[in-house]
Amino acid sequence: MSTILPKKDVVIIGFGWTGSILANELADEGLDIVAIERGPWRDTATDFNIGYMQDELRFAIRKDLFLHASNEAMTMRNTAAETALPMRRYGSFLPGNGVGGAGVHWNGQTWRFYDSDFELKSHLTGRYGAERLSELQVEDWGVTGREMEASYDRFEQLAGISGKAGNIDGRIEDGGNPFESPRSRDYPLPPNRMPYGPALFADAARSVGYHPFPTPAANLSQSYVNPLGVAMGQCSYCGFCERFGCANYSKSSPQTCVLPVLMRKPNFELRTNSDVRKIELSKDGKTARGVTYVDTSGREFFQPAELVLVCAYALHNVRMMLLSGIGTPYDPATGEGVTGRNYCYQTNSGVTVFFDDKTFNPFIAAGAIGQTVDDFNGDSFDHGSVDFVGGGGINCVPTSGRPIQHRPVPPGTPKWGSAWKKATAKAYQSTLSFGVQGSSYAARGNYLSLDPTYTDRYGAPLLRVTFDFPDNDIRMSHYLSDRAREIAEAMNGTHVVESRRDKSWNSVPYQSTHNTGGAIMGSDPKRSALNRYLQSWDVPNVFVVGASAFPQNAGKNPTGTVGALAYWAADAIREQYLRNPGRGLVG
Amino acid sequence: MNRRAFLTTTAVGLVALAAGSASARSISGRLPWTAFAGEPPTPVTPGGWHFFNPREVVLMEAIVDRLIPADDLSVGGRDAGCVVFLDRQLAGPFGGAARAYMQGPFQEGLKTQGYQGSLTPSGRYRAGLAAFDKAVNDKLGARFETLSADQQDAVLTDLESGKLTLAGKVEASQFFALVLENTMEGFFGDPVHGGNRDMASWKMIGFPGARYDYRDWVDQHDKPYPRGPVSILGNIVEQQAG
Repeated sequence: MSTILPKKDVVIIGFGWTGSILANELADEGLDIVAIERGPWRDTATDFNIGYMQDELRFAIRKDLFLHASNEAMTMRNTAAETALPMRRYGSFLPGNGVGGAGVHWNGQTWRFYDSDFELKSHLTGRYGAERLSELQVEDWGVTGREMEASYDRFEQLAGISGKAGNIDGRIEDGGNPFESPRSRDYPLPPNRMPYGPALFADAARSVGYHPFPTPAANLSQSYVNPLGVAMGQCSYCGFCERFGCANYSKSSPQTCVLPVLMRKPNFELRTNSDVRKIELSKDGKTARGVTYVDTSGREFFQPAELVLVCAYALHNVRMMLLSGIGTPYDPATGEGVTGRNYCYQTNSGVTVFFDDKTFNPFIAAGAIGQTVDDFNGDSFDHGSVDFVGGGGINCVPTSGRPIQHRPVPPGTPKWGSAWKKATAKAYQSTLSFGVQGSSYAARGNYLSLDPTYTDRYGAPLLRVTFDFPDNDIRMSHYLSDRAREIAEAMNGTHVVESRRDKSWNSVPYQSTHNTGGAIMGSDPKRSALNRYLQSWDVPNVFVVGASAFPQNAGKNPTGTVGALAYWAADAIREQYLRNPGRGLVG
Repeated sequence: MNRRAFLTTTAVGLVALAAGSASARSISGRLPWTAFAGEPPTPVTPGGWHFFNPREVVLMEAIVDRLIPADDLSVGGRDAGCVVFLDRQLAGPFGGAARAYMQGPFQEGLKTQGYQGSLTPSGRYRAGLAAFDKAVNDKLGARFETLSADQQDAVLTDLESGKLTLAGKVEASQFFALVLENTMEGFFGDPVHGGNRDMASWKMIGFPGARYDYRDWVDQHDKPYPRGPVSILGNIVEQQAG
């Protein structure tokens, strides 16, 4: 029996980047807001403590700050013909948990997608013909890059992104990405100083005719006060970003950018360690009444609200929709239905260069400090003579030298014993790796659904991920790997070792926590779960904000676009929805 | 709706669960920072065994000394504390698979679906070591620790490849991979967890450990970092540049 709580104006499910940004924006409208977060409260001084944060075993290997499979697992299979089994330990991707969500443990690479990415289907069809897309299910976003520009800018200012613009209002700027779409102004902070590895990469990339530039980073190059008045510090290149909270207030996160202001607002309340089970709908299924959640004592509450914002991790947003019966579940056999449709990932590969005579100090690093070549990302190059669409960024961002995970050895080296040890001691300082972050385009057979067999602690079905890399994306990845190899060979090392991407997606080794889609935005209710404002077509007082809204993923880290979408949705709610609550914003 | 109303409705629950970050909380109007509320690690100290029995200790010490042999680069795995590390890990949440999804049904999976066995890591070590002990004895008529270093390496190579089969529920190459992975965690992790004694592995490769600020060396391209490692225990090894 649920305890029924007094009604709120807004209930927010999940309290990471999107939940905190939306809460802060809507609190300024005077709304009475509660955010409900599954994990614990976390703050920098207590939980990302400088005295013991640099513990690779605890945080990177045992994954203290992450969601654990014991808490909520997912099942996976590569095709619908297989039986999905639970990922009993998260491996390929690592969802966050607790206040700040995945915004605590990210690396900080903060991109804008290209204008052509937002109108992908129209753009590619117009340039190469519909036949080129026949094995894919790509879509337009229903919003243009030009419309998103102001929202991107706000997120970059909030987070103090360090970088160099490549295109301001159509003027190509020296030192930035010459392929980027026009932006209204430069990043709030200049780029970071470059460690040796990325500097060497940039020289090699230029020598083969490409255009390297500093990767836009949420690792701050200088101290900064953001537009909310929150102060942050300069990055100290400690090499403990990804999988760690920043002890130095120099990696952007909800904690370092939003919470010091939001938490003090009297019309905002946060409930932690409280697990939302379901969005409750009216009898006709067209209105959300509020949410049911369970606290750590196992007691169930019903929180009524006028507006429900689904702001959990992308995969959990989709599961919440499926468990709540919002939108028709997608069926890959017919291609019909919307919830679970267009699940995408990231198509990554890598290359490692071994040297005899170099000292890289790989531990002098940060999650986003490096150099990128974008000559082959998205549609920045002519695909007329190749047999795929999409592309990727070639990124030399050595994120750390933490030695449980970072121990390169040349090919043919044993995994243990004297020979292994000798090779490890030599290669640690003298090896440079970089990667290709490739796009992931939707295909009919890749989707999210509820598992028929496996359940969570409460008996509710786990999310089932059905995914393999489409052939198009494998061809793209091989082409990009060849470009990365050209750069690697220009460095004149002793060995170049490629790690190419081939089928099938393996859920065990870490690849990327860039899971996208499943509750996508668009302009056709038959092909998208959300309209262009991230509002559910079926239940208009529900907005679903996150990478779950991406119709497909670009060759870039998603957080910049996720942050921009939070501002885009917040503006739509503030400026349009609140005038006519309960109505769809698109007819 | 306000915080007071919520507190009223949940007063009993909050009283019962007032302390600790694991309890549900309502927070409004403030940043809920509390002094000394963090969770620092408890340093592992050698002495006594929490998980391994005496026979397993003998086997494990012999195994880790072949995975990480003593030479002019560093001490061996045993003297680096790898078995102490493994013992405490297996006696704790990791050994009990506290963070893994352990609900059935358990079925044989595809390679892309990962480990699907019902045993916890501590269960895999217990069963795996017993089966390994027996398999070595059956094959060579001698205990693993009495073999020469070359013979031990040959046995471990066969375990790694699966050529040496183990009776029971533990598959040989998977068991070897687990032991190797955990041994390396102990050797390269912070000494606070019981392995990497005196930061032996960090000195070997030149990793400065838990230092937190390299702003003075970012621009020193291609020059070895001049300072030795530091652990989160506060231990520092100073070394001279050049």
